[in-house]
Amino acid sequence: MNMTAGTEEAKASKTNVLEYDPQYILQVQNLKKYFPIKGGLISRTVGHVKAVDGVTFNLKRGTTMGLVGESGCGKTTTGRVILRLSGEKTGGQVLFNGQEVYDLSHEELRHLRTKMQIIFQDPFSSLSPRLPVGEIIGEAVREHGLVPKAEFNDYIDQVMDNCGLQPFHKDRYPHEFSGGQRQRICIARALALNPEFVVCDEPVSALDVSIQAQIINLLKDLQEQHKLTYLFISHDLSVVEHISDTVGVMYLGNLVEYGSTEDIFRNPLHPYTKALFSAIPIPDPKAKMNRIVLEGSIPSPANPPAGCKFHTRCAGCMEICKHEAPVQKEIEPGHFVVCHLYDDAKDLSAASAKPAAAKTAEDKAE
Amino acid sequence: MAKKHSEGYLSGKESRRISKENRKITSQLEKQHKRKNVPESEYLTQMHNPNNAVEFDNLHSYFFTDAGTVKAVDGVTFDVPIGKTVGVVGESGCGKSVTSLSLMQLLQRPQGQIVEGEIRLNLGDKAYDITKVPTERMQTLRGNYMSMIFQEPMTSLNPVFRIGAQVDEVIALHDKDGLSKEDIKARTIKLLEMVGIANSEGVYRMYPHELSGGMRQRVMIAMALACSPKIIIADEPTTALDVTIQAQILDLLRNLKDQINSSIMLITHDLGVIAEMADYVVVMYAGRVVEKGTAEEIFANPSHPYTIGLMASKPVVGKKVDKLYSIPGKVPNPINMPNYCYFKDRCEMCVEGCSGAYPREISLSPTHKVSCYRYYDRKAGE
Repeated sequence: MNMTAGTEEAKASKTNVLEYDPQYILQVQNLKKYFPIKGGLISRTVGHVKAVDGVTFNLKRGTTMGLVGESGCGKTTTGRVILRLSGEKTGGQVLFNGQEVYDLSHEELRHLRTKMQIIFQDPFSSLSPRLPVGEIIGEAVREHGLVPKAEFNDYIDQVMDNCGLQPFHKDRYPHEFSGGQRQRICIARALALNPEFVVCDEPVSALDVSIQAQIINLLKDLQEQHKLTYLFISHDLSVVEHISDTVGVMYLGNLVEYGSTEDIFRNPLHPYTKALFSAIPIPDPKAKMNRIVLEGSIPSPANPPAGCKFHTRCAGCMEICKHEAPVQKEIEPGHFVVCHLYDDAKDLSAASAKPAAAKTAEDKAE
Repeated sequence: MAKKHSEGYLSGKESRRISKENRKITSQLEKQHKRKNVPESEYLTQMHNPNNAVEFDNLHSYFFTDAGTVKAVDGVTFDVPIGKTVGVVGESGCGKSVTSLSLMQLLQRPQGQIVEGEIRLNLGDKAYDITKVPTERMQTLRGNYMSMIFQEPMTSLNPVFRIGAQVDEVIALHDKDGLSKEDIKARTIKLLEMVGIANSEGVYRMYPHELSGGMRQRVMIAMALACSPKIIIADEPTTALDVTIQAQILDLLRNLKDQINSSIMLITHDLGVIAEMADYVVVMYAGRVVEKGTAEEIFANPSHPYTIGLMASKPVVGKKVDKLYSIPGKVPNPINMPNYCYFKDRCEMCVEGCSGAYPREISLSPTHKVSCYRYYDRKAGE
């Protein structure tokens, strides 16, 4: 996700087209996904829910990016749109290993699916109750013909073993397992295809604290063994801090801030990030709480406020925030923020190649 | 009591025998509850300490299922002092919610029954033993003296009624002054304002699906506070919410508690929330209290191995660890509990005595109590 000067230059030369940089497994530029709102007699489209509205980041191979934000801010949709799981995108680019995901034919996409996998949020509803566990894990492996028939059973046993499941669990059904075990099944199902990139959509939020720790440790071990890249979606900030190398903070479809975990947690820049971090409960009764309580609730993504989307709840709101949308700026190396408060700060990326100006023009054109 | 030592499988014959026995027990208990015109003297009792709002004393709540008796709450003793917040922590299935449901007499009957113990509720001039109060009388206690904020605001509101109607109903049911419809509506709108809903007139006419999770939780809180109860049970009030909304709701609860001077029993598995809100902490494991004390004592000096493990397994912002601690093993089968310390099989700090009977409660300080063999000798030394 560290946007180096190199990529920025490349982007500046060809404003709109992303160039493949082999150090990144995933490059996302200005990704947009609008869902139509149907209404009226003949169910015309009367508006759009702007679930993802301009998300830009790069994800390095073998690292974990955490994606945090309130519910309804578009975290999950971002994950699904990257995997091309919710129809066509509305705009932007998704390069996976240099390949535009949305340009692939049906057959090519089917092959790509083995490389990108997802672990769904709720282990209680994302497993088919009518299939035994061995079949849930092995179905896709057989479908894609990843291993010869003779080795199939051994392969499944090995995958299950990696994820902490016993071979005799193969013939059982999901309802016979506890939440933590089911999450292991979900993980085994995703990893059986030997993917390079896994979207983890709130994999631990439905679990108890002690089980959470087991699953997080498992995810980390598997990452080391298989050199996996994770996009870790969660609203639990302490978990994200623990597992991620880089963190992106989303608000109402926008990525308002992203950078290395260290930078974001030590020195949050965006007012929303500050409020979010001040709200984390600390398990120490003596800890002093300097809480910034946000007023109001998240505006409707169908009709977001003009200008900066956060201005309605922002403590440091200025006049400019109400009508002009801020652009992404690199404040520290690899630490990006989208906020007018930092308009005067020196933009590191602008200094090297002026992509900010190019992007403003692009935004205005739309 | 039917106690089966089978590993999961039960033959039809056995299952039938168990359910027959269960019916015998439950129907007897049900008769007790359903009696009409029970004299008050039968359930009057004395508070052990008049400064407590509620005292749980050796509470046993069992579920009589066809597979055997589930001892969901198995001897729980703790107090909720007036004007204080007591946090109850533990894994899911440890009996936190069942304890609070016992207080409200909302256990799924007839299977779920309180079989032993007392819950003393302080009504000011007198005290009731909730376990003996008949259903009829209970309805006047719920809402007026105690109320509950349920876990999931998404499912606890009725989707086919407007918010206003649902809050009105609570007031109309529990109010004895004979308020007119207009008065009730005015009070509902005032309540909605009190819980921080800006557009209260508008929300009064809305349906639950039109509100966000945080707003729904506020409505739930408004309903719970409608009759200024003495004790508020908050069953995981913020688990389904985001951190920013969670901060708002916790702030709100704290302020409201001071406004109407009531006690809160806060049930959660988030230690961060507990640290922030609670004055006293009760740690439960497999239906029993393993440790209790003031929040400072529990967080500064966690003593039971389970509490220590729980604290270590939660990642904390600002503290970098390579690997999270995870408590090995899993909770024992609730139908077939071992006769030694329930935590022994997962415990990494076992001492010699651990294979003996379930450890009794050891006082580490006047308020700090722990059930663990590791502290037996310390007791002897004192």
